[in-house]
This record gives sequence, structure tokens and C-alpha cells, in this order.
Amino acid sequence: METQSLVGTYNKKGQRIVDPEYLLFEAPRQSHFMTGSEVVREAIRRASVDISVAYPITPQSEAAAMVGDLYVEGYVGDYFRGESEFAVMSQCAGASFGGARVFTTTSGPGTLRAYENFPMWVGSRLPILINVMVRGVNSPLNIQPDTLEIGLIIDTGMLIWHAETGQELFDYLLKGYMVAEEPDVHIPIAIVIDGFFVSHTKDTLMIPSADLTLPNYDPYRSPVPCMDMEVPPVRMMRDPFVMKSNYISYATHASWQQETRAACERSRKHTIRMLGGLIEEDENADSEILIVSSGTAVAQGREAARLLSEEGIKVGIIKIRTIRPFPYEEIRQATKHARYIFVPEFNVVGWMAREICAAIPDNHRVIAGPRVAGGMTMPPEVIVEVIRKTVTKREVARG
Amino acid sequence: MGKDKIKINKEFYDIMPPEYQELVESATYGKEGRGWKDVGIAKELIEEHSLCAGCPESIAFRYVLACLPNPEDTVMVGSTGCTSLVFPHVAVHNIHSLFGNQNAVAAGLKRALAYRFPGKIKDVVVLAGDGATVDIGLDMTLQSWFRQDKFLTICFDNELYANTGGQESGLMQKGFVAKMAPAGKKFDKVRMPDIARESGCHYVAVMTVSKPNRVEKAIRQGVLIAREIGPTYLQLYTPCILEIGKQMMEGLQEMRDSEGPGERFAFQEYMSDEAKQYLASLEAEKKKPVAAIAAA
Repeated sequence: METQSLVGTYNKKGQRIVDPEYLLFEAPRQSHFMTGSEVVREAIRRASVDISVAYPITPQSEAAAMVGDLYVEGYVGDYFRGESEFAVMSQCAGASFGGARVFTTTSGPGTLRAYENFPMWVGSRLPILINVMVRGVNSPLNIQPDTLEIGLIIDTGMLIWHAETGQELFDYLLKGYMVAEEPDVHIPIAIVIDGFFVSHTKDTLMIPSADLTLPNYDPYRSPVPCMDMEVPPVRMMRDPFVMKSNYISYATHASWQQETRAACERSRKHTIRMLGGLIEEDENADSEILIVSSGTAVAQGREAARLLSEEGIKVGIIKIRTIRPFPYEEIRQATKHARYIFVPEFNVVGWMAREICAAIPDNHRVIAGPRVAGGMTMPPEVIVEVIRKTVTKREVARG
Repeated sequence: MGKDKIKINKEFYDIMPPEYQELVESATYGKEGRGWKDVGIAKELIEEHSLCAGCPESIAFRYVLACLPNPEDTVMVGSTGCTSLVFPHVAVHNIHSLFGNQNAVAAGLKRALAYRFPGKIKDVVVLAGDGATVDIGLDMTLQSWFRQDKFLTICFDNELYANTGGQESGLMQKGFVAKMAPAGKKFDKVRMPDIARESGCHYVAVMTVSKPNRVEKAIRQGVLIAREIGPTYLQLYTPCILEIGKQMMEGLQEMRDSEGPGERFAFQEYMSDEAKQYLASLEAEKKKPVAAIAAA
């Protein structure tokens, strides 16, 4: 179990293993124009992934199959198709228990079929990276973009980052491993994108050379023993108190849940270093009117703000990058001057608005919408309309 | 992981539990010909157990652990149920993750270990109850066999859900009255050994645990064939004496009564031609004179 840095050496594909800081911040980058699925392939090509397990579901199937191409090319150690998302996430767990860096993807109903695995991953401290390409989970069947499923996985204990663009997707996939694998974090991470809007849309982004790759995962930095029979202890406990109905059993479960939630909180410092902050504020963020959301809803909000600026109405944009840990303090600070906080969302329930309402004082300032669902687009004009109407009505009411 | 890796720092020796001290002093890791006869002498693989007094599963567990050919490099995967009460005592790395996903976890684990330790033996053994193997986890059990994932699946068949209080399971006998089968089970005991053979297992064996020599041989063969050839399946009758109304000293007799000719746990064994050839080659290797091995 001796561990040594491989930085500076070359892997079997001839890629130079480089310091993550170099790969992510310093290495020269070139412009590419590609779909979100292709972005996934290019990120994973540079991620030194050991095992990936795939299963077909729209819209993630294309990316999952492209990772298979990487396996054939020799960039990914092993790869296969599982039999369902429940099985796939368990196969990912097994590989991660065995000390592998693991990558998988899922979408919509697949996310829900896999659901039981997510809290298990967290409790077992498995730093698996799952790319969730969200889509509708309603009936009748719906494959279109819809972010309801983020709200459904929000409290599984995983880290959840929401990428708006292909560029963010590329960077979050690589940075996500670096944060999730920190010994004081070491829990799974979901990198979320909006299905189709990001997965199937071409975008221009800057990426470093394919001759560079992240250092391999070191399972012996894990806060819990790697299940490979290379590290003691082998007899875990004399008395399996965790299965008993007594105070010490309950206290053990409670404290372990607190610890895994604390691990999520401890990711903040690493995330701030990697992403530059849990939120992103634009130059108008001091405005009385704010649009706060995550993912492509922010892109639509940005366009709405541009339209309103033509009428002389200043609107600031606050993008939430990390859904978990949620940027409570950052949002409190960023919204403290605001009179109107609009939260556009691609789902029927408005879970993001609920999160923001729970985070700030005077939450009557939050206007939970506009919201669209089921694959409906959200034209910026719709956001403009809601802002205009709400502001006018309240200003009239205030006299 | 050899004994050198589990050594205790001298400063801390006296505060380590006696079971751990004994593990370090007298582990049968690496011992040639280890087997069920070590039960009672070397207790490192399972110390205590938290099952009901007289539960046949407890002795089955001891046989399994004592007969693993390579425990120092074996990782076990369990599932939810009575077996999950024992696993925390077991002195090999073991994983419990969810109910029924044991063969999926083992599939990922085996691939990770094969990728990380090329050329080194790393055995994976699944041990789960009949509910986990044949009901809730059937899909993943079969799919791991279809894919030819290289590990042994052991099913402790007690013909019902014991840990939740005696509900009907797919491996229960037809007609048996149980919780959730209040008028008696309406369909036959699932023919899992046949299914295993048809699904691609290279070694399938069914027996009770009344005859330790037989169990030992089956476990060794199951692990060795899985290591080199493909998936293997072992179904062991471990009656739930509590739920079938037996006393704690009656487990052994119950097993003996169930393994006669024509009974449901009459000894059955199937081996693929590839597996037979492999075992024969191992035997031939053993019989080679030492000089010939050294020359090769």
C-alpha cells in the first residue's frame, strides 16, 4: 500500500500525469466546438478513470457510449453495460469499494431507479462521480429537459454541482473528482447538466491537450479502509452494535450521518479553491432586482436581464453553482440589498425557490418563478414579463 | 494481505482485543491445506456470532471462512438478512451495501481488483440468503452469471425470510405455511441450481452443511473455478430452526433428514468441461515432482 506521486510520469496511453492545478488552471487550452456528450468524453479522457459502468437512457446514452470508446482506446481501465441503473450504481459502488476511480452517467427515471444507492454511496464514503443529465420523470413518458430530479436527490448526502455550459461541464467533471476525493470530503459527487440543452447542444469551450491527465485516485488516502485486503483492519468489530436496538447503536448511526453531512460542508474550502466560489455574481449583482437560479435557467435569466436593461431596468444575476453544499451564507450576503429575487426554474415544483426562501431573511422578496416543465422552453420574454408585472404591481401597491 | 500487514504496534499490543491478538499470532492466512478442521483451533476468521443459539448458519459460516483457499486476498460481499449480523465479526474485508445488490457490487469489485492488481490473486465471494439471491436480487444474480463475472456466489438457503420474521420466499417449499403465505405457498421451490447451470455457471453444487468435508471441497472448487474459468454457485441448506419449529439441538438432524435420496437437498453437483479440465490440471500440477516444477 505504499503510495507515491506519479506526477511527471506517463501512463500507458502516453499521457503525462500532471498536477491537478496545472491541468485545471495553467495548461494551455485550445478552442473546441462540441456537444455536451463530447465534452464528457473529453473530460473523462483526461480524468484517469479506472472503471465506468453504463446503461442506456435518453439523454445520457450518447455520452455513456462515448466513454466505452475511451475504454476501447485504452483511456479507461474497464467498462461494461450494467442491467439497470440500480445494478449500475451498485457495480460502481463495488468498484469504488475496491479502490477504483469510478465514472457513470444517468438521467431522469434512471436516477430514480438508482436512488437507493446514493445514500449508501455517501454512508460508505465512496467518491464516485456521476454525471446526471436531467430530464422529465413524470408520467406520461417524457424524455425532455426538466430539473425536478435534482430536487429529488438533493438530500441524499451527495455533493451536487450544476453546470450551465459545456465549459463548466468539462471543468466540473475534472474538478469534481479532485474535491470529492479529498480525504476530509470523500463522498460521491453528482455533476448535473440540463439534458439536451447542454448534452446535445454544441458549445465553444477551451480545453487542455489530450496528452495530459489527472493523477490517479489514491484509495489509501480514504478515511475508511479500502476493501482490497491490502489494509488492516480486517476484523471490523467485536460486537456488531450497528445492527442492535440500543443507545450506542442509535448514537453511532446518528453521528455517522452527521459526519457525512459535515464532509459535504468541508468540501466548501476545496470547492472555493477549484470553482472560485459556490455562487457567481454578475456586474449588476448590486441591483434591487435579482435573478437567482442554477443551470440553463441562468442563461435565460441573463438574456432577460439584457432585454430589461434596454428599457433601463437593471437586473443582477446570481448563479448558484453548488446545490449541495448549498451556499446559504453566500446567498444571504448576495441578496441582502435586493427587493425582488426572481427564481426561474425548469420544473413544476420550484425546489430552488424553496431552498432560497429557507436561506434568507424576509423571504417574501422571493418570487418563485417563472417555471416551465416537461420540456417547455423558457423564452427570456417570459421572465421579462413576470419581472415587469411583479415589480409594477408591488410598486403601485407601495404607492 | 499477509500477516505482516496486520501486525500490532508493540506499544499498543496490550490494549488490542484478544481476538485481534490471536488473529495476528495464529492466523491461518497462507496456510496450505487450511480447512474446516481449523474451526475450533484457529478462531480468527469468525470470533463470536450473533445468530440464534444452534443456528446451522453459524456453523456454515465457520466452514466457509475456514475453507477459503486464499483468505488473505479474499473480499466477501454480503447482503441484508441474518448473514449481515455475522459479517461484522468476519476477519476478511467484507462489504454490506444494500439488500439484493450483492452480485452487482461483487461484479464491480472484482473488476476493480482485477484492474488494480493484475497478475495477483484477488478472490471475491458473495454470501447471501435466499431472499437476496433468488427474490429481490435475482436479476443481478443472473446477470453476473450471464456476463461470466468471476466470483463464487454462495446462497444460504433457509427457505424463508428469517431476519424479518419468517415470510415466504421463492426457495420455500410449495405448501409451506408462512407469513405472507397464509394459505400455504402456492408455487414450487425455485429451481435455482438448474437456472444457475443454464445461466452460465461453471460449477453448481447443492447440499446441506451436515458434512463438512463435502462443504469444504465445494467451497474450494467454487473459489478456484471462479478465479480462473467463470461464475460458480453453491446453495447450502441452513435451516431456520426458529421458524420451522425446531429446538436448538435439532438443526443437524433437520439437515440430515433433508439430504436423503430424492429429498430437496440431496447432494447435486454440476461442473462444466472447462472447469473439469482446470481442476484436473491443478491435480496434475500437484503430482509433478518438485524438480520438474523447479525446471518449468
